[in-house]
Amino acid sequence: MYGYLGIDVGSVSTNLVFMGEDGTVKHSIYLRTRGKPIEAVQRGLKMLKEALPPQTKITGVGTTGSGRHLAGVITGADIIKNEITTHAIAASNVVPGVQTILEIGGQDSKIIILRNGVVADFAMNTVCAAGTGSFLDQQAARLNIDIEEFGPLALRSRVPVQIAGRCAVFAESDMIHKQQMGYNVEDILAGLCDALVRNYLNNVGKGKEILPPVVFQGGVAANVGMKRAFEKALDMEIHVPPYFNVMGALGAAMLAREATSRKNTGFRGFGIVDRDFYAGGFACDGCPNVCEVVEITESGRVIARWGDRCGRWSGLLEQKEKIS
Amino acid sequence: MIVKVTYPHMGYMWICVKAMLEYLGVDVVLPPPSSKKTLSFGVKHAPEFACMPLKLNLGNFMEAAELGADTIVMAGGCGPCRFGYYAQVEHAILEDLGYKYQLVVLEPPEKHIGELLGKIRHITGNRSWRQVIRGVRFGYHKAQAVDELEKMAYYMRPREITAGETDLALNRALKEIIAVKAPEELPAAREKAAQIMRAVPLDRQRKVVRVGLVGEIYTLLDPFANQDIERKLGRMGVEVDRSIHLSEWINDHLFLGLAKNMRSSKLAKQKALAYLGHFVGGHGMETVGNTVLYAEQGFDGVIQLLPFTCMPEIVAQSILPKVSADLGIPTMTLIVDEQSGDAGVVTRLEAFVDLLMRKKEIREGSVKCTVI
Repeated sequence: MYGYLGIDVGSVSTNLVFMGEDGTVKHSIYLRTRGKPIEAVQRGLKMLKEALPPQTKITGVGTTGSGRHLAGVITGADIIKNEITTHAIAASNVVPGVQTILEIGGQDSKIIILRNGVVADFAMNTVCAAGTGSFLDQQAARLNIDIEEFGPLALRSRVPVQIAGRCAVFAESDMIHKQQMGYNVEDILAGLCDALVRNYLNNVGKGKEILPPVVFQGGVAANVGMKRAFEKALDMEIHVPPYFNVMGALGAAMLAREATSRKNTGFRGFGIVDRDFYAGGFACDGCPNVCEVVEITESGRVIARWGDRCGRWSGLLEQKEKIS
Repeated sequence: MIVKVTYPHMGYMWICVKAMLEYLGVDVVLPPPSSKKTLSFGVKHAPEFACMPLKLNLGNFMEAAELGADTIVMAGGCGPCRFGYYAQVEHAILEDLGYKYQLVVLEPPEKHIGELLGKIRHITGNRSWRQVIRGVRFGYHKAQAVDELEKMAYYMRPREITAGETDLALNRALKEIIAVKAPEELPAAREKAAQIMRAVPLDRQRKVVRVGLVGEIYTLLDPFANQDIERKLGRMGVEVDRSIHLSEWINDHLFLGLAKNMRSSKLAKQKALAYLGHFVGGHGMETVGNTVLYAEQGFDGVIQLLPFTCMPEIVAQSILPKVSADLGIPTMTLIVDEQSGDAGVVTRLEAFVDLLMRKKEIREGSVKCTVI
């Protein structure tokens, strides 16, 4: 068996997808990044190797997400792509004709508008992370409920309470207030979903024309309460694709398939699981910018550097063909 | 008393101002290039809600004081953009911190260029008018020379064979311009600088997309403030065009359009009228108008830059979606502030460029109308 590997290293989760030649997902892994992207990638690869039949060959690798460069260097990726493009590619292959993608991840949320199968417009949250997965996680923890129970509980609500959605800080104090007034948890959770959807549509979706079919993806799409809140607010059917939480990785795998159609993969093999990678850093003293230079070493050998504005350090390494 | 004059950084503006002042025999103390240190000084002492240009100006002045500067020359304005009173606010903050700075504010002349010349004479002392005018012209011509080189770099970056070569050449070419001390030597230096630029090998057949940069002048002109957006885009295969260049701005605002045959903001303002009927401060109207112009000139996309809390640009930002829909040109807004992590900026730029490239390919019929 052979196929393509897509890796999405996000702020909260690291996802891997092994995709067959026909574009179907053969195996997917969803892991917490826990602030250690290298470890997460290695852990994911190890799990993938164990899950796949022994003769499996990886014929292409694509990385995406905010840790895409790191993951790309470690794995020898054939393509490194931003998460907007990969999400759009995955969604339009899974739901043909999709015109709007709502994506809410751990720390960012985005809306992607497609017309005739091409990204026509997009927006990402800029200065505010209200309504993203991290905030929901935090509120669930505060109410002492599992994040998995969040959605089903919200669905049971009959009269969602009104909660300020403009800012996570306001939302939290409003929630505490409502909770102390004696409202039940279901109604508070449903109210929170409504507030976050309002916030999303006003902040991220501002001014965009949301046309069906609408796809809702990213980790937060697991929350049925959020899905229903979107359906209420938009008065449209919302599709949550089967691999909603690994769509970025799936898109990266699809791009890897395209990138390797005429060349061999640069994948460095599952052996990298046991290699000793280390991400170090230092502050350059060349000028008052004091750039924080990141240095990736493999068994003591520097394999990548970035973070310097002027190229003093990143330029020292041999200029490889640019893949991103 | 001999004054030691300093002024804030805004991209390569220092080259032109330094030429002018030194030609007139003024002692210039240049602040070190804007850096994280500059910004951290500014952030510490400026009001939190002020925009980033104020914070960087303030940091520039504090760093220049360490080098012995005692007089600030700063541009002014008359609102509604807050920049109009930044000179005074910054001066007051510096006084509170114990700095002893003289302040000279150069305001755009309301009626006659004489108002501006009077302010300049205040710094230059007993020079003849003729000499002062010569000095201003010298500075202006240097600004033109720098702008010319920057424009060459816009074309070259996405087409260079070896990554980074354009910027090496640009730095060397700029040094030629900077070194010129007398107006009569400038033409030869300009020619030499252009030669340096032309020596960079290019792949002229390469497919590139063209993006217009619009927005607030400081963030447009200052690479530190905009996280080097021109270079980042250049490396992604984008030929950029910046809607405001210093020499054009000088001609429009200080010479009141005296020099003809030059891109002027008048046209942009006329184009804006269909969407925005009156002046909103700063470059709000130009942002809208230039977006229209770029669409008419067949650019593939437009990026608007503004510092967080910039009112004129917020007005323009809310109008751009309409312009974009009417004229079919994708637009994106990037807001800059203190944050130095550029992963977010790179992601947005990359996605925007992907969008433009796909669109272009489809328009030119080289790929089918699907994502893959």
